[in-house]
Amino acid sequence: MSATQEYLQNEFDKPSLFKRLGAYDWLWALLVLIGSGVAYSEYSSLMDSYEVGILFGSAIGLIIFGWYWKPMRHFSLVVAVLSLAAIGLYGDELTRSETNFFLKYLIASQSAIMWMNALFVMATLAYWFALAIGSEFSGKVGTALTWTASVMGTVGLMVRWRESYLISHDVGHIPVSNLYEVFIMFAVITALLYLHYERRYNNRAMGAFVLTVISAAVGFLLWYTFERGAHEIQPLVPALQSYWMKIHVPANFVGYGAFALAAMLGIAYLLLERFPGGKLAARMPSLEQLDDIMYKAIALGFAFFTVATVLGAMWAAEAWGGYWSWDPKETWALIVWLNYAAWLHLRLTKGWRGKPLAWWAIVGLFVTLFAFLGVNMFLSGLHSYGQL
Amino acid sequence: MSETIKRGKPRRGLTVVLMEFLGSMNLAITLLVALAIASVIGTVLQQNQPYNNYVMKFGPFWFEVFKSLSLFDIYGAPWFLILLGFLLLSTSVCVYRNAPSIIKDMRHFRLDVQDKSLRGFHHSDEWHSIYDPKKSVSELGKRLSGLGYRVRVKQHPGHMTLAAMKGSVSRLGYLLSHVGIVVICIGGLLDGNLPLKWAEWRGDIAIETRDIPVSEIADKSILSPDSSSFRGSVNIPEGSSANFIFLGMRDGYLVQKLPFTVELEDFRIEHYPSGMPKSFESTIVIHDDELDEPLKKDIAVNHPLIYKGHAIYQASFADGGSKVALGAWSLDTPLREPLQIDGTIGTDVKLNTPRGSYTLELTDFKRFNIFPLSQNDPSGKKFQNYGPSIVLKLRAANGEAREYVNYMTPIMVDGRPFLLSGMRTSPAEEYRFLHLPVDKEGGIERFLRLLALAQDEERVRAIAQHQAELELGMPRGEEAHTRFSEAMVGLLQTFLDEGIDAIVDHTEKSVPEEKREEALSSFIRIIQGILGGLYLELLAEEGVDTSSGVSAEDGRYFDDAVNAISLLGPYGSPLYLKLEDFQHIEASGFQITKAPGQNIVYLGCVMLMLGVFFMFYLHYRRLWLLVSEDEKGAKVLFAATTHRERGNFDNEFEFLRQELRYLSGAALSRIE
Repeated sequence: MSATQEYLQNEFDKPSLFKRLGAYDWLWALLVLIGSGVAYSEYSSLMDSYEVGILFGSAIGLIIFGWYWKPMRHFSLVVAVLSLAAIGLYGDELTRSETNFFLKYLIASQSAIMWMNALFVMATLAYWFALAIGSEFSGKVGTALTWTASVMGTVGLMVRWRESYLISHDVGHIPVSNLYEVFIMFAVITALLYLHYERRYNNRAMGAFVLTVISAAVGFLLWYTFERGAHEIQPLVPALQSYWMKIHVPANFVGYGAFALAAMLGIAYLLLERFPGGKLAARMPSLEQLDDIMYKAIALGFAFFTVATVLGAMWAAEAWGGYWSWDPKETWALIVWLNYAAWLHLRLTKGWRGKPLAWWAIVGLFVTLFAFLGVNMFLSGLHSYGQL
Repeated sequence: MSETIKRGKPRRGLTVVLMEFLGSMNLAITLLVALAIASVIGTVLQQNQPYNNYVMKFGPFWFEVFKSLSLFDIYGAPWFLILLGFLLLSTSVCVYRNAPSIIKDMRHFRLDVQDKSLRGFHHSDEWHSIYDPKKSVSELGKRLSGLGYRVRVKQHPGHMTLAAMKGSVSRLGYLLSHVGIVVICIGGLLDGNLPLKWAEWRGDIAIETRDIPVSEIADKSILSPDSSSFRGSVNIPEGSSANFIFLGMRDGYLVQKLPFTVELEDFRIEHYPSGMPKSFESTIVIHDDELDEPLKKDIAVNHPLIYKGHAIYQASFADGGSKVALGAWSLDTPLREPLQIDGTIGTDVKLNTPRGSYTLELTDFKRFNIFPLSQNDPSGKKFQNYGPSIVLKLRAANGEAREYVNYMTPIMVDGRPFLLSGMRTSPAEEYRFLHLPVDKEGGIERFLRLLALAQDEERVRAIAQHQAELELGMPRGEEAHTRFSEAMVGLLQTFLDEGIDAIVDHTEKSVPEEKREEALSSFIRIIQGILGGLYLELLAEEGVDTSSGVSAEDGRYFDDAVNAISLLGPYGSPLYLKLEDFQHIEASGFQITKAPGQNIVYLGCVMLMLGVFFMFYLHYRRLWLLVSEDEKGAKVLFAATTHRERGNFDNEFEFLRQELRYLSGAALSRIE
């Protein structure tokens, strides 16, 4: 295309994000602001000033996130519509989850979460099928299923939030308080991170690997639900009754999700290196790209994990009387942090690439897994909120 | 941190070698990993437990080994602190060595760059512009400014140089994050207990290991109120006050005086219906001469009070010396009236029993004991409150102690009421529960009457002789009869003294394997037979007509009583202590800290977070345009560089190249 001087003149002013925003972007921002405004006017009497700050902070964050990554807008709007529908159907009666058709089979929190579980497993199969036979259609199905599963998981959490208040006012809390709830969040965040990279690198073959770790989390969730009845909403112990929970836990799980994603790409990297030139190589991104995504995921995870750990320390100062007590959970957070700090130094400063770092990322997942699950299972300490 | 290896340079000064070692990436990564591994040890091995626990767990040899390595207080161990110190030093050296060049890099546009070096760049290109150099530079410069670059231009003889850069804050990210780490460590050091360790090492202070009243603690174990930082705790009963806290140190503690007095006016716990605590709240009053009037505040978990740089946290709660009234029923002389004991939780009572003298330690009292019920409990309830309980320790003269937990009110088990008493010999065990059947009057008197009969050797012998004669057809007076009936009496005695386990053990030792089961069941039949005979006598004494058999209810009571008797041996107490009345007094546990380094640590944290985001999400780019005049207009030499991530820069460079070429009129099409 040839350009006129006028076009050029316009192009001179192009770069800032603001000026690239279209009508839909502004509508999106308006909707989010209206939504948080309504939430504020409805519930401000229940919030302290920090929570009001968190509400509007996350609204602004969501707007910018939606601008930066456009599919987030559709995702959030669908989640909002479904969640509001469920809340509307519930009214003030928790028992409607048994009597109302839509709630019972679709969007009551437990049903939505079960849908999420099923859809993630189906998505995993679809991605593997796509990778195995090279079917583009199957890959697209995988993507659609992953999006749907993420929507259902998020709806499940949103509705669960409301349900906790329907049980009793003093039981109500944001559903990030125990292992069951954070596992759902882990699955959804990992899936969204993956979808972001999938779009950006225009490659669906990585899905088979990443969705496998999500399916493992789903397996755990199912076991936890049916064996331990973990899906029942429990009230909060005093130490967790704090606005800090709303920011500390999600920040942490962006970290965990990104580390898990990086480890799965590490596996993909090693396989690809072992079997170059095959069908796998034709369908996967190049080794350099995998290495690059792995780095990006770990950098993102590390940044959020740093924030989460700092927030955790600040919360600990308020709840346990000291910002650092060498509690097992704190210590393991430090271990995870040191581990990825070493990884990043090796890559950025020593210029390591490829195989050793892929192995290290996989080992990192086990370190992370221990921090996130093992500490709760095997070690006792102050942070015993998600016990198995 | 960066690595600069300069090989082949002879005779470097010691400082240089040292600096290179400290600033080396290899050292930094080794330290990161070493600290991670050391931290793992600290989480796997529970820290700061009483030393006795470790001795029991690892044996005396390994205990000494671990102790000498300070593995029980790893995060305070000198070698761990040295590791941390090295990380701090390594980070500082790195910052020191890199900061000048980074700052220079951020400020200098390098306008004097040579065309030769630009051509050597990985990303470079050359083209002709249709405009003269001046116009070219101004057009391209405008575009680059539009793209967010900072632009500088310099006129050289024969050419113009345009240098631009973007995202230089990203370079600041390195400084912020690494200086942040140093700042965090300094803040942490201010709040750490190094001064205490130093004072201890010099012998200025001594750790107290005995459990004695504060008034008796030596001055050497008491720290003055002006300590710079500390973190300790104290339990204050309702209505009492304290002006000190305890700092736990290895296997003992120190007393830290406070510059004010904390009084606990009231402590409140709220529960959810499940018995899970919902809130802990204390109303405290601060007494300080500097205050016009005492300061009264409520504190709760997550809502501490900050007073004069001291933060007062709601940390725990405990019994604050509840008054309890106990009825002590002798299990050796069951018919005696129970002894009345009035005591206070946290104190000891001396007891004399037929088995020797004991110290009764009244350890703890709980007003509620809420436990979950199984899902299909017929009551449909999810939880049950087992009512008040008391925890006791019965310490024999030789120092051995058993711990008991006794519930005050009868608890229904399978539809029948029992008084529950749990026993364990060490805190590591689970309680084993004795179920004492409750009679129609609501007490255990009937059980004790049956027990008294079982302990009455003459009556047991009479029944044994009678049963030997009746059931085995052995005539009285024969030696076999006497031997057999005496064996029965002995068997019951063993059962009473040592419980059913002793009988199983005995059978395993003395009877060949193939006959064991048979022997054991006959032993049990004999025991049940004798106790059954006694029970019939008891029923007769109570005036119950048993001519047409024993009622189902009485039968069940008997089974329960036999079960309870079978456990009395291992229960190991000469007494059953029944909680009869109480006056609940609670104590609130406070953690009080003075952490002047906290804000420094937070500052460091903010620097670290900003730094990390700057480093990862702001991209540092530098561009140069060397424009010289030629016959068509101008010749443009374009080169670009980025810090790290060369791969990702390819696309951006391609875009820039096309864009700038287009603006020079050098190309007719553009690539978006």
